[in-house]
Amino acid sequence: MIRKTLTCLLGMLMATTASAEWALNMPKGVTELSAETYDLHMMVLWVCVAIGVLVFGVMIVSLFKHRKSAGAEPASFSHSTTAEVIWTALPVVILLAMAVPAAETMVKLEDSRSPDLSVIATGYQWKWHYRYQDEGVEYYSTLARPSLEARVKGAAVDPFSVDNYLLDVDRPLVVPVGAKVRLLLTSNDVLHAWWVPELAIKKDAIPGIVNETSFTATKTGTYRGQCAELCGKDHGYMPIVVEVVEPEAFVAWVEANNGSAEQFANNQ
Amino acid sequence: MTTAVADAHEVHDDHGPEKGLRRWLFTTNHKDIGTMYLVFSLTMFFVGGFMALIIRSELAQPGLQFVHPEFFNSMTTMHALVMVFGAVMPAFVGLANWMIPMQIGAPDMALPRMNNWSFWILPVAFGILISTLFMPGGAPASGWTMYPPLVLQTGDAFPFLIFSVHLMGISSIMGAINIIVTIINMRTHEMTLIRMPMFVWTWLITAYLLLAVMPVLAGAVTMLLTDQFFGTSFFLAAGGGDPVMFQHIFWFFGHPEVYIMILPAFGVVSEIIPTFSRKPLFGHDSMVYAAASIAFLSFIVWAHHMFTVGMPLTGQMFFMFATMLIAVPTGVKVFNWVGTMWRGSMTFETPMLFALAFVFLFTIGGFSGLMLAIVPADIQYHDSYFVVAHFHYVLVPGSIFALMAGAYYWLPKWTGHMYNEWAGKLHFWLSTIFVNVTFFPMHFLGLAGMPRRIPDYSTQFADFNMIASIGAMGFGLSQLVFVYVLLTAKQGEKATAEVWDSPKGLEWTVPSPAPYHTFDEPVHVDRTVAFPQNP
Repeated sequence: MIRKTLTCLLGMLMATTASAEWALNMPKGVTELSAETYDLHMMVLWVCVAIGVLVFGVMIVSLFKHRKSAGAEPASFSHSTTAEVIWTALPVVILLAMAVPAAETMVKLEDSRSPDLSVIATGYQWKWHYRYQDEGVEYYSTLARPSLEARVKGAAVDPFSVDNYLLDVDRPLVVPVGAKVRLLLTSNDVLHAWWVPELAIKKDAIPGIVNETSFTATKTGTYRGQCAELCGKDHGYMPIVVEVVEPEAFVAWVEANNGSAEQFANNQ
Repeated sequence: MTTAVADAHEVHDDHGPEKGLRRWLFTTNHKDIGTMYLVFSLTMFFVGGFMALIIRSELAQPGLQFVHPEFFNSMTTMHALVMVFGAVMPAFVGLANWMIPMQIGAPDMALPRMNNWSFWILPVAFGILISTLFMPGGAPASGWTMYPPLVLQTGDAFPFLIFSVHLMGISSIMGAINIIVTIINMRTHEMTLIRMPMFVWTWLITAYLLLAVMPVLAGAVTMLLTDQFFGTSFFLAAGGGDPVMFQHIFWFFGHPEVYIMILPAFGVVSEIIPTFSRKPLFGHDSMVYAAASIAFLSFIVWAHHMFTVGMPLTGQMFFMFATMLIAVPTGVKVFNWVGTMWRGSMTFETPMLFALAFVFLFTIGGFSGLMLAIVPADIQYHDSYFVVAHFHYVLVPGSIFALMAGAYYWLPKWTGHMYNEWAGKLHFWLSTIFVNVTFFPMHFLGLAGMPRRIPDYSTQFADFNMIASIGAMGFGLSQLVFVYVLLTAKQGEKATAEVWDSPKGLEWTVPSPAPYHTFDEPVHVDRTVAFPQNP
């Protein structure tokens, strides 16, 4: 156990040097808005770091200088209107400076108008169902078999031997690169949430309500996420995989799945 | 006859506690009830902590090693309910019971019998809640937030969950009424409201929050109950209801609840930092206004827990701006504590160490709170381990450290002896190191994409989870040092009435240990002692 822990700690140190950006921070993602979200996140983080350095700095200086063992004599002041006005007003200014860019991104995030492609994603306990609104393709997307075998208690299969353990599905959501994809989210039973960090999208799937969100992936690739709203015992086992492909490959994929990509081609 | 009456009167004058079990069962004494609250909450702290260790054991490595997913979900749910309603809230009520009458010069709480009742409801409520672990279908597993429709899939435990939440609410409401009436009616003559010690002030505000929101929670869970058993459809879409409405109602309770758990902590820390800085609290009045502003704002920010449910853009903007605004009064608090330390003459006994760690680590939790207010970023953080890191930073090194600080600060007043300072410092350093080892890596896990409330995870999250689990074991074991301190609390040297180096406040004018009855008659004391805040 101890050896395993040590290996683990050592492994972590090496992992952080190898893929520091990925393991420690929010991904920049592959949409314009995910990059904006990342920038907002970093901006607030650095503002917090700056305020932290300032406040903790003053505090640490005080802890060393104003200690009884260093012979400090207590002052007797108990307030300072000037200081209090400054440290009430200044934060308001800083907050406003952060709120404005955040609000601008929010407006863009909410704009799901004129999509190139609409997919209805329905949450089930515990899988996702995708229906391409105009292409006539629909299917369930469930946890891939290798993960299924390794996930049971006391399984013979080591999770480390499974590629993308718990983050792989039998049939991913396939979308074309550069197309604005509108997701219409709902649920068949309890609450679920559709989250893919690289797309910077998280939206609840709620029974009786259709939620709307959209994304435009700018890079082909496979992006993985998970259900993000507790939905019962297998909440941890309903991943989301989005495959972003070239438009031609998408058209071929639709045809191969007995659908028609005519509508999508018209929209393009 | 006359003699008999006189005798009876004399006996009444100095009667001590009853003997044996009856003392605790029937007591109306604020000190006894305070002690019971504190012992109860410490017990629940260990029960909830044990559940946390089950969670962290399972999460130490990828794959399922110890428990099944449904039991894992029960553990996260029960851990939260036990810690929030069983550990943190009753612990602050315990401190309030002990200290508020002594700080305002009152002989007891205003409503002593109700005080007894509001305590004794709690063991019953938690007896019911914990018994659900042994019911068919298992303990509640839908998270402490009890979101429908999932919560309606709970087994036999469901009505017991609702009933126990009702009981906890009744207990809290009675406690809150008692505290309000005591503070408003029973202050000693010269103590005007604005001159009250900060702990009393923050508790007065907290008690009003409790009065305002506990009935809302009771209403929400009652609607769940009727949805389940009486054919209503408040939250069922199939019957024309709205599952999201539950979240609005729940968080209208839930967000003030967050401040119910932190405002008294602010009060405790505002008592301790001046004492060990040997300097009056900086900006006492603005501290009061800041606490009141936080309480007001807590009512208009609830939907920041729900940025992913699909709210209108304007709604999201309102809740973002209102939430960011909370940073202003909270900042004032932190700055004022630093202002109190500045040019003081500090010493670092255990209560001060815990209070200082509180200021550092609560502020870190505040920073991640500010980050969570930024809606686009929140869409990434929401329901991830980043949120888990955030609220544990404000609750563990926030509320719990303040409770520990308060316990060490007032322990000599309660027992009449100095506790073991060496063990106290050991407890502090172990807790502070391990609390960060446990919760800091969770920020990274959340940012890297790990959702909360999952029993198993992808292998790339393995390393930080292992670290967090090691930290959790360490933190859990460190709390045994606190038990050692308590068990040996009466073995130290005798404490003086003041205990510390000229602390201010009425509680330090009575002997240590505090007599069973204090301030039987109105006190006339030196104003500079009784009212340390700019007399």
